Amino acid sequence: MSEALKELGEHISDSCADMVKSFHVKHGELTLLAERDSILRLSKFLKDDNQCVFETLIDICGVDYPEHSQRFEVVYHFLSMRLNQRIRVKVSTDESAAVPSLTGLHPSADWFEREAFDMYGIRFAGHPDMRRILTDYGFEGYPLRKDFPLTGYTEVRYDDLEKRVVYEPVSLVQEYRNFDFLSPWEGMTKDLPGDEKAEKEADNG
Amino acid sequence: MADDYKPYALGAGRAGVEGGHDVRADDPFFAGLSDHLADKGYFTARADDLIAWARTGSLMWMTFGLACCAVEMMQAGNPRYDLERFGMAPRGSPRQSDVMIVAGTLTNKMAPALRKVYDQMPEPRYVVSMGSCANGGGYYHYSYSVVRGCDRIVPVDIYVPGCPPTAEALVYGMLQLQKKIRREGSIER
Repeated sequence: MSEALKELGEHISDSCADMVKSFHVKHGELTLLAERDSILRLSKFLKDDNQCVFETLIDICGVDYPEHSQRFEVVYHFLSMRLNQRIRVKVSTDESAAVPSLTGLHPSADWFEREAFDMYGIRFAGHPDMRRILTDYGFEGYPLRKDFPLTGYTEVRYDDLEKRVVYEPVSLVQEYRNFDFLSPWEGMTKDLPGDEKAEKEADNG
Repeated sequence: MADDYKPYALGAGRAGVEGGHDVRADDPFFAGLSDHLADKGYFTARADDLIAWARTGSLMWMTFGLACCAVEMMQAGNPRYDLERFGMAPRGSPRQSDVMIVAGTLTNKMAPALRKVYDQMPEPRYVVSMGSCANGGGYYHYSYSVVRGCDRIVPVDIYVPGCPPTAEALVYGMLQLQKKIRREGSIER
């Protein structure tokens, strides 16, 4: 399986040498790293080429890497129903540089791109209706960016005098406490709080 | 719980609750009249009790299903737990309903809509907050997009805890709401 994917990757990077930076096969999945400005041409090639036929766009998502010089990555997942194969294409971008929109080629890209814009603030050039899609009306900020605070900036309350729902700065009654010491996202450590007692007992007994 | 099943409309449901005086106990005139009417197929009751009976006996609930709690709410209405045996039925329209069950996570974006629906309900109206998310934000308490409890938006009568609460818990909550309605006087004195 991974041999076939490797051949496919080589075929694509040979045919579109100017658009594909590199490719790799990991966990039985083929990933292309592509040039941002040629993503539209590349996905057109992936759709039309006889060995690819990636006619279905499964998802578009964003990733935030604050330590990279281009902090965002846009990840595209394509599926070929005809040839039963999948591919992942990644491009990198930053707050200001726009990624060409795929809506002309894959109509399903419309809401995916709006979601990536809503959550990360990634711009898409040529999108017909670049609005927020999920967050509140008049929401400010991009909630899935790493520098966005978990609790956000505003909270709502019904005001009995104004007879409407009002927005106020967040005031938490209780500070956020983290008990999830085992989460791989928090960096798993060997010692858990409280474990030192068990070790002491083991020494004594 | 056994107290819940007394025939309140006929009995001394609220006597003693807030120091009320039950006329029937020691009034020979009332007793005579009552016996007299009972022979003809009538009975006497206080208007207060009658109103409470009518209110508790047809609590049509406004479904505000927002998340997984809504599935348990449907379950409570379905034949296994069958809230309809208490005269409760789901209504799609706020104008025809007496109680709103907020079942699920209330987000900031949904909050004005929830308040609007609540404002459209006719008096007397009640709110049951179902599940951790509606009670106080629950799992999403620290989220940027979730209201930390639907009591920030509407006044809540009954809180049903759980994540999600079982259908039994909701049925119990609705019975508690009936109890609460009986306790509050419907006529100002």
